[in-house]
Amino acid sequence: MTARAAALLADGTVQRVLGWEKGDFDYDLTPAFFETADELKNLVYGDYSGANLSKYLIKAGKKEGKTLVFLKPCDTLSMNQLMAEHRVDREKVYVIGVGCKGMLDHEKVEAAAAKGEKKERLELMLGKCQDCKGKTFAVSDEVIDDEESRVEFGGNRFSKVAELEAMTPEERFAFWQSQLSKCIRCNACRNVCPACSCNKCVFDNAASGVSAKVNANEFEERMFHIIRAFHVAGRCTDCGECSRVCPQNIPLHLLNRKFIKDIDEIYGDYQAGESVNERHPLINYTKTDAEPSIVYERGGRE
Amino acid sequence: MLKLNMSKIEALYKALAAQQSLYLPIEKNDKVDYWRWAEGEDVRLTVQNTNKSPKNLFFPQLENMVAFNVEGKSIEIIEQELSKEKFVLMGVRACDARAFAVLDRVFLAEPVDSFYAARRENGTIVTLACSAPAKSCFCSVFGIDAANPADGDVTAWIVNDEMYWLPRTEKGERLTESVKELFTETDDAAVKAEQDRVKKEIEALPFSGLSLEGFDGEHMKEIFARPEWESLSEACLGCGTCTFTCPTCQCYDIRDYDTGHGVQRYRCWDSCMYSDFTMMAAATNRPTQMQRFRQRFMHKLVYYPMNNDGLYSCVGCGRCVQKCPIHMNIVKVMKTLGGQKK
Amino acid sequence: MPMNTEWKPKIVAFCCNWCSYAGADLAGSSRLAYPADVKIVRVPCSCRVNPLFILRAFERGADGVILCGCHPGDCHYTSGNYYARRRMTMLFSMLDYMGVDKGRTRVEWVSAAEGPKFAATMNDFVKTITELGENVKLGDLRCKESLK
Repeated sequence: MTARAAALLADGTVQRVLGWEKGDFDYDLTPAFFETADELKNLVYGDYSGANLSKYLIKAGKKEGKTLVFLKPCDTLSMNQLMAEHRVDREKVYVIGVGCKGMLDHEKVEAAAAKGEKKERLELMLGKCQDCKGKTFAVSDEVIDDEESRVEFGGNRFSKVAELEAMTPEERFAFWQSQLSKCIRCNACRNVCPACSCNKCVFDNAASGVSAKVNANEFEERMFHIIRAFHVAGRCTDCGECSRVCPQNIPLHLLNRKFIKDIDEIYGDYQAGESVNERHPLINYTKTDAEPSIVYERGGRE
Repeated sequence: MLKLNMSKIEALYKALAAQQSLYLPIEKNDKVDYWRWAEGEDVRLTVQNTNKSPKNLFFPQLENMVAFNVEGKSIEIIEQELSKEKFVLMGVRACDARAFAVLDRVFLAEPVDSFYAARRENGTIVTLACSAPAKSCFCSVFGIDAANPADGDVTAWIVNDEMYWLPRTEKGERLTESVKELFTETDDAAVKAEQDRVKKEIEALPFSGLSLEGFDGEHMKEIFARPEWESLSEACLGCGTCTFTCPTCQCYDIRDYDTGHGVQRYRCWDSCMYSDFTMMAAATNRPTQMQRFRQRFMHKLVYYPMNNDGLYSCVGCGRCVQKCPIHMNIVKVMKTLGGQKK
Repeated sequence: MPMNTEWKPKIVAFCCNWCSYAGADLAGSSRLAYPADVKIVRVPCSCRVNPLFILRAFERGADGVILCGCHPGDCHYTSGNYYARRRMTMLFSMLDYMGVDKGRTRVEWVSAAEGPKFAATMNDFVKTITELGENVKLGDLRCKESLK
């Protein structure tokens, strides 16, 4: 991988490389731009390259020349979606798809090590990897992978959503109350999200009437998280970065995934980022769409 | 020095909680944070660093300051009462305890922050010496002795199955007096031996060799102008994770919430990493993320010590090292801009 | 808590300028009665209403929020109400998923000629909300009580 990047850098195909930079431990890799062969020595692709680099392509697009980026299969969906929204210019990006065996979660690894437990790789993976959506690259100029990284292992990613749907409203309320009350409003979920790319977020705009730097009460917790998930509904590729970065381990992807599940059920299966030209379900319609009252008619336990 | 067998620790909690509120590292929702103790809580006294720092006990993330009720043309001003809750905060590590000294210099300097001062006055801090420092710890770099916490009102050590207890201040003496019957007198031999053991462990930590050379007022302009800030801040998301888990970050914003029939004025933690930090009518003075990123570390390593007799406003707790979503942190900044002793 | 017989639900109705607002007008000029607790907010099109509007109405003390627009196919801007329909479906589903009451939100298509339908819709919605009672899960307490 490093050799290939160095070669493309040397022959002038690309002006910089976007990858993961080595840290002090095995887990603390930082997304970084590499511009020389010497800097490339610090490029690492390993068990902790969980970060989705596609959002940095917006920044890279403002720089001169072409950027080489390493994308995992799930990350390529995010890049495609950004292209669909005209946030990333395909001409300025050279994509090397890199095979992925599922990335590890250092907190899980450390917890297991502290208890002296031996666990299967799947158990130690990031939540988003445990629900892997597959090993297909939606976009790439070339692919570097091996047999092992093509093995599919993802389960049913909607099972937890279905579990919540099957609860009573009171149980669901209690679940979200306990989860969202942990929120410290650090905005990491929003800032990391490849679909959240507004120049100025409504929550940062003091004149919007909803801007807040803290969750003053349960209403604000809920409002922030509903709007965050709603704003990316239809565009969210389910890359799972929101839950990965949450310092409070709130399962934020369960909000996004609820929208995806609803869209699939009501408007037909849709995977954001699969196509660059299609209109996503929330900026599309059919004349015979279900009425909103379908939500109340679908039943569920009372 | 006093000691208490750990099998009787619940009795100590009970005795303390009978007099005042007791805050301990307690696990809730898979996270260990400082919560008010009640019987049956899952206490994790020995956890190495709670998820969030205990600063919110003195400087809560949200604090109402004053309210106005508006009726027709009359405005009623409702003053916010100062906190009267007497409490014991127990299990604070040396780094977090030093952080209170950092906050004190901000909030207790003239003009005194009365909200903070009231809580500080009402709180008694029982520190707990570290026995198993984490890989991400680097308090020793800032001259903090995790094996023998100097800050706080009482210092405790847990060695094998015994808790050793040493009051350090008048407040600590008073607290000790009230629960004295639970303890027995002892010498400090066991504690000394433990301190020696832990000190060696700390010396061997990966970040113990970090150097603070050059991080001072003399080199301020030089550090400020270093080109490496660009690449260091390149990946920064501009989120507030580092700031909000940091035990010493003390910036806050004051906001008015319009309730339709009045105004609730409150203050809340702010983060210099946010694009609207110190936003003024004429926009912001730090428009790029690089400038905001630089501000955070310059403040911790250069500006604060310049104004506070060389006291750094990083205490090396390692929370940002563990939690930053993109794993950029103060250690990487220090390594890039400064030197390493070894 | 003792039943407060005085309590009346606060309803916010977002009405599109071209159909439903005119429908409300017709209901008024036809002297059809609907509760005065319904506060109408006129919007250029039902798709102008974004989810924040609905949430903010609840924040500020609404007990029920209803969105009225032109019948599908009759949008003044051709397709606005089709988008609104999808958005509201998603939002209502999310509110249900989070366990906040379902039934406090509704979408109804009312044309400019349907004064009676407007009045009937509002009467029915007010009745539903009255049965559900006060909205406690979606409001901001600071707006409800006098500040202490």
